[in-house]
Amino acid sequence: MAGATTLRLGAAADFGQTRFEARAATRETPLVKWLILGTALTFFAVFLLMPLIAVFVEALRKGWETYATALIDPDALSALRLTLLAAAIALPLNLVFGVAAAWAIAKFEFRGKHFLITLIDLPFSVSPVIAGLIYVLVFGAQGWFGQWLSEHDIKIIFAVPGIVLATVFVTFPFIARELIPLMQAQGKEEEEAAVVLGANGLQTFWYVTLPNIKWGLLYGVILTNARAMGEFGAVSVVSGHIRGQTNTLPLHVEILYNEYQFAAAFAVASLLALLALVTLGIKTWIEHRAAAAYRHSQDDAS
Amino acid sequence: MATAAPSLPLRPTSSAAPPFRVLPGFNLTLGYTLGYLSLIVLIPLAAVFLKTAELTLAEFWNVVTAPRVVASYKLSFGMSLLAAAINAVFGLMLAWALVRYSFPGKKLIDALVDLPFALPTAVAGISLTALYARNGWLGQFLEPLGIQVAFKPLGVLVALVFIGLPFVVRTVQPILEDLDTELEEAATSLGAQRWQTFRHVILPIVFPALLTGFALAFARAVGEYGSVIFIAGNIPMVSEITPLMIITKLEQYDYTGATAIATVMLILSFTLLLVINGLQAWTASVPKPRTGRDR
Repeated sequence: MAGATTLRLGAAADFGQTRFEARAATRETPLVKWLILGTALTFFAVFLLMPLIAVFVEALRKGWETYATALIDPDALSALRLTLLAAAIALPLNLVFGVAAAWAIAKFEFRGKHFLITLIDLPFSVSPVIAGLIYVLVFGAQGWFGQWLSEHDIKIIFAVPGIVLATVFVTFPFIARELIPLMQAQGKEEEEAAVVLGANGLQTFWYVTLPNIKWGLLYGVILTNARAMGEFGAVSVVSGHIRGQTNTLPLHVEILYNEYQFAAAFAVASLLALLALVTLGIKTWIEHRAAAAYRHSQDDAS
Repeated sequence: MATAAPSLPLRPTSSAAPPFRVLPGFNLTLGYTLGYLSLIVLIPLAAVFLKTAELTLAEFWNVVTAPRVVASYKLSFGMSLLAAAINAVFGLMLAWALVRYSFPGKKLIDALVDLPFALPTAVAGISLTALYARNGWLGQFLEPLGIQVAFKPLGVLVALVFIGLPFVVRTVQPILEDLDTELEEAATSLGAQRWQTFRHVILPIVFPALLTGFALAFARAVGEYGSVIFIAGNIPMVSEITPLMIITKLEQYDYTGATAIATVMLILSFTLLLVINGLQAWTASVPKPRTGRDR
């Protein structure tokens, strides 16, 4: 499932014109070209660009003052804090898991490896609503541990721990899926050399493996963070929508919108859209750096 | 193993002896992986099936074939298929344009294709609703034509097209980039028209990736919630998606009902996951004809 978000090493640079358009055999007639280009760009503009621009236009429709008021509203700030908290917990948890899983899967041979990779992919193929539901079934009032939790006065569902759990679930595979193919492609000769020369496991990982995987790791972290801060469906199921307590930013957007406070809803939404744009910016930058590092290593090898 | 003689083995058999590993940390990392995976994913997911097992088959059947639920399947699956098909066509065109043509703003557009991955779904939902509402930028032109998008099934389609687009573009794009230009030159020199070259030379190479992108977009669309509920209007029997049915049941504290529908969706998701894994293996195995002079 993650195939569409994996960092590609050695992605072709802009060969477009030289490779295809220069030669008669690999180009279309101008009419066909402009037809394809026009259709593709119109589709892009209508389905991707306009929704993005609309967020900012709607947010500022009632002026900067309304915009600022919506953002410094105490409920908005508390939603922001909870969003940051959930991401700050989910990110390191899934980072440690991703590195551990990739080390076991990429550096060793064992039976059932492909099955394990499929299992790691599961959260990608499960509807976010179901991601929330499963924790309600386990920790909810009628769930497996519901009785025990209420006796000990611990709240997980309709409270912060549930939101964190749902966030961990939906971002579970990102880093692992990024690192596994990368570390498999790099093989284990370098690490074996380090161990034979006397390095211990941590030294080997820190000085040999980490420099090789840093771009993929960063890529996974960026994607995890974006999803963690933006998750809506799963968090919505376990949140209970208690203003000022169990609201994340995306849930706050929903509440404002359903109360017909459109300008405020879009103001908070614009904050999340900005986060998306920063994510895409960093992502593109990583792709450039990774491609450059890859070309450099290819030059060294030849 | 079960029939092994109780006598002491004279020499360790190759299957019994742990393989010698130079690198450390196998047991630790695999153990941690399995433990964390079980705690976060497998055990909670098993709860869905165990909860459903409390129902008799007849009860289960009644819940999952209730008319309102069946209407939601039809909407969810129908619109997801349609959205994936639209994305397959226009996503291929967009990937083609990004790989083959030079135009101003190309790098920016290439980066923005991933927007649906990065933009929180709730934001996409309210933004699309604003665009297609009666007085919205697009709605004001569609309304006089008799086309209503917001709060209608068509709105579901629009939202699903939005979230599925990058899946097709990002699976097809690398295949198009790796395409050897000499294949097309050979086809042309043998007298093929441009369309024939595309149809008989390029499309067979791109097809597995296109189908994978289609399946990924479909799988994502079936489970999608955040971007759809704002624009759908959520009218019973008309514009309710299946994930919303789960939420509705939960809000009525009907946990078994919610779980039964979740079971149907999970079985479909797991089937799709297997199909996609198969398709990805196919994509990887399609021989990429090379003509000696690789780039």
